[in-house]
Amino acid sequence: MDVLLAVLSGFLLAPLAPWLDRRLGKRWGWMWALVPLGLLLFFLRFVPALARGEAFTRRLPWIPRLDVHLSFHLDGLSVLFALLISGIGVFIFLYAACYLEGHPHRGRFFLSLLGFMASMLGLVLADNAIALFVFWELTSLSSYLLIGFEHERERARSAALQALLVTGAGGLALLAGWLLLGQIGGGIELSQWRHQREQLIVHPHAEWALALILLGAFTKSAQFPFHFWLPNAMEAPTPVSAYLHSATMVKAGVYLLARLQPIFGGTELWNATIVPVGAVTLSLGALLAVRQREAKRLLAYSTVSALGVLTLLLGVGTPTAVMAAMVFLLAHALYKAALFLIAGIWDHEMGAREPERLAGLRRTMPITTAAAVLAAASLAGLPPSLGFLSKELFYEALRTAPRWPLLLLANAVLAGMALVAVAGLMGVRPFFGRGPIELQPRHEAPWPLWLGPSLLSLGGTISGLWPASLERMLLNPAITAVLGESVHTHLALWPGLNPVLLLSVLTIVGGIGMYAGRGIVRAPALPSVLARFAPSAAYASLLNGIYVLARLQTRVLQSGHLRYYLLTIIAWTVSIVGYPLVTRADGVALRRPAPEHVLDIGLALIIPLAALAAVRFTSRLAAIATLGVVGYAIALLYMIFGAPDLALTQFMVESLTVILFVLIFYHLPRFTTLSGRWARARDVVVSLLAGGMVSGLVLSILGMSPPDAISEYFVHKSVPEAHGRNVVNVILVDFRALDTLGEITVLALAGLGVYALMRLRVEE
Amino acid sequence: MELLLAIVIGSLYATGLYMLLRRSVVKLIIGLGLLSNGSNLLIFTIGRLVRGRPPIVPEGESSVPSPFADPLPQALILTAIVISFGVLAFALVLIHRAYQKVGTDDLDDLKTTDM
Repeated sequence: MDVLLAVLSGFLLAPLAPWLDRRLGKRWGWMWALVPLGLLLFFLRFVPALARGEAFTRRLPWIPRLDVHLSFHLDGLSVLFALLISGIGVFIFLYAACYLEGHPHRGRFFLSLLGFMASMLGLVLADNAIALFVFWELTSLSSYLLIGFEHERERARSAALQALLVTGAGGLALLAGWLLLGQIGGGIELSQWRHQREQLIVHPHAEWALALILLGAFTKSAQFPFHFWLPNAMEAPTPVSAYLHSATMVKAGVYLLARLQPIFGGTELWNATIVPVGAVTLSLGALLAVRQREAKRLLAYSTVSALGVLTLLLGVGTPTAVMAAMVFLLAHALYKAALFLIAGIWDHEMGAREPERLAGLRRTMPITTAAAVLAAASLAGLPPSLGFLSKELFYEALRTAPRWPLLLLANAVLAGMALVAVAGLMGVRPFFGRGPIELQPRHEAPWPLWLGPSLLSLGGTISGLWPASLERMLLNPAITAVLGESVHTHLALWPGLNPVLLLSVLTIVGGIGMYAGRGIVRAPALPSVLARFAPSAAYASLLNGIYVLARLQTRVLQSGHLRYYLLTIIAWTVSIVGYPLVTRADGVALRRPAPEHVLDIGLALIIPLAALAAVRFTSRLAAIATLGVVGYAIALLYMIFGAPDLALTQFMVESLTVILFVLIFYHLPRFTTLSGRWARARDVVVSLLAGGMVSGLVLSILGMSPPDAISEYFVHKSVPEAHGRNVVNVILVDFRALDTLGEITVLALAGLGVYALMRLRVEE
Repeated sequence: MELLLAIVIGSLYATGLYMLLRRSVVKLIIGLGLLSNGSNLLIFTIGRLVRGRPPIVPEGESSVPSPFADPLPQALILTAIVISFGVLAFALVLIHRAYQKVGTDDLDDLKTTDM
């Protein structure tokens, strides 16, 4: 199978999903898991070669003239992400089929979910920056559809819109950054940019490009101050929260940072923005998580915190930090997806998602309990989980960070304590706690629900116990891809007694204290002054501002009066055409005027006078007559200046027009003056300006040298090819015969319309 | 003559647009007529004026002897004259019917689709 087919298979399958899902029915819903399973096996085949240091590229020209290709690059980093997406996807698809069993729109759900999976795979595998951007926005779109899946609820709709607006705006910033970088580097392939580091970072525009790209990464990965959309996205069905909003999509920003590490890593802007943003997000998310009472929001804030960890580590950028980031990426995906799915089990079985309303679940749900304990241990960073290993590495990376090591460590330990408390709420309290057992389930959850969390959390523990092969096959190739040079790491469960281990112990002890005293953390309500300046409030007022502006603009521009639309169009045309006419009037150089004939001057005087009379006359008949005068005078002009056909036609049409006017105007009301004095004065000024502009336009065109018209061709070919001596007629019936046919059709239709309108009996 | 015609065209545009800006639908029609005449004359004039030399190939020749009036703008205008007549006729009848139906020619009273 080809990489291209692997990425696009989801897109190909998605439109069929509603139909397929109906065919599968209730009992065979688990079959959906075969799609990500197939992809997982496909990507696993690359692992041995990648571990040997190879990389794969596949390229399909898409829009070659714009350098846009569907090019994919498979290295340690992209395949690690692809494995996470497809691997966790297996359990999510399995879980969702059971979770939404009997839901009338399960097929539509799988449509969006398949679309998401394909876009996410495309995002992490794409090498072409534009292709990456397209997949990036596709993930935002499918996330919008999935958050708003229960679209009957207003909250789900507004949360979906919020996520789309925040991440979509970031995506546009990313596009601008890519284009800027493309201009500097002269190409838009990421693999090419990685070899151009020296050339790229010294360019004066490089910092702008990086700032724009970071905006994209920060919005997608819910970094402060854009973190607020992620907790609101919990309106989505739980499998979506587990998949998009913890394990995969929100990591797209982190992926981007890792991808750009070889290009921008270590530059001043890189360190100075990413490190503080990551650090603030990390502790803010963790502290806000403890304040939540509802499991999904609690997990969402702890995901914000985890994304802060990853961002911070990539900002620090030392080999230890990158290694810590990769280990944590894997550990977090495993335990957080499991915990989300467990929260979904509570919801599905008991209809409650508040950990403190549940108690003693261990008695009836042994498998879920075991899974929750293992996952929570990894979240808290307890040995022997992968979470413990990653936390050790995290502290070690901060301790050896080139800048602000102490500050970063203190911040991280504080956040770590909060996360231990979160782990207690998710993994201990509902299962072992004592309390009113009003929500006691009678049985264990069905197997498709518990299978995912169990295997995922078990994976987190096993890989913590025996990390060696994982390290060799997956982590080292990824770290090599990020750093651009090969490193050899050594993960060990027992690193010896060192300061970092002491910090771990401190974190756990403090965390237990925070769990016990969580009432204190929760008690103080956020001061209202602070709430007003919260990023979510800024979002709300920005959105409201857009609405206000749209209403204002509609009121001004869409008045519903024809004359105001016309005024806008005329005034606008006058200003944009008139301005260059006035400023660049470099010689309305007329040819030396030929001696004027008396007849010409007479005609040229009659036309404006007659037109003015048509405006001024209050008698309808007089107005029609003056209109006729204008028409006949123009016909005479045509006659004088070598256009007998025009003159003939004009005479005929003008006569018909006058007759028609006389016949119909008789039935129309008299002329009345409806506009006020001021409106008329304004219209006079605007019309005179427009007329003056047209006069100026004519003069300036006449001042230019005549164009090489194709008329020469018509004149020379008229007799030999079309056998006609009247060139105008030949053009109409021969050279442009199809045009004339179209014209006749229009005229015939107008005639039909006139006839129909005359015959129409309007029902009263 | 070009200068004079430029002013003529400008005056046709000015009067035509002024009539288009009226509230009375009947005046709108007059404005339409003035404006289409102005546009035709505009195309004619910027195609350069040549006095009394129509683009017609004389007997026995294979081409029109220079100078001659440009046939291309003439062909365009010929189309335009006919089409604008169609538009004018249709608009006239439409307004007539609308007036019969609603009994007003004030555009401000014709703002809604409801009767």
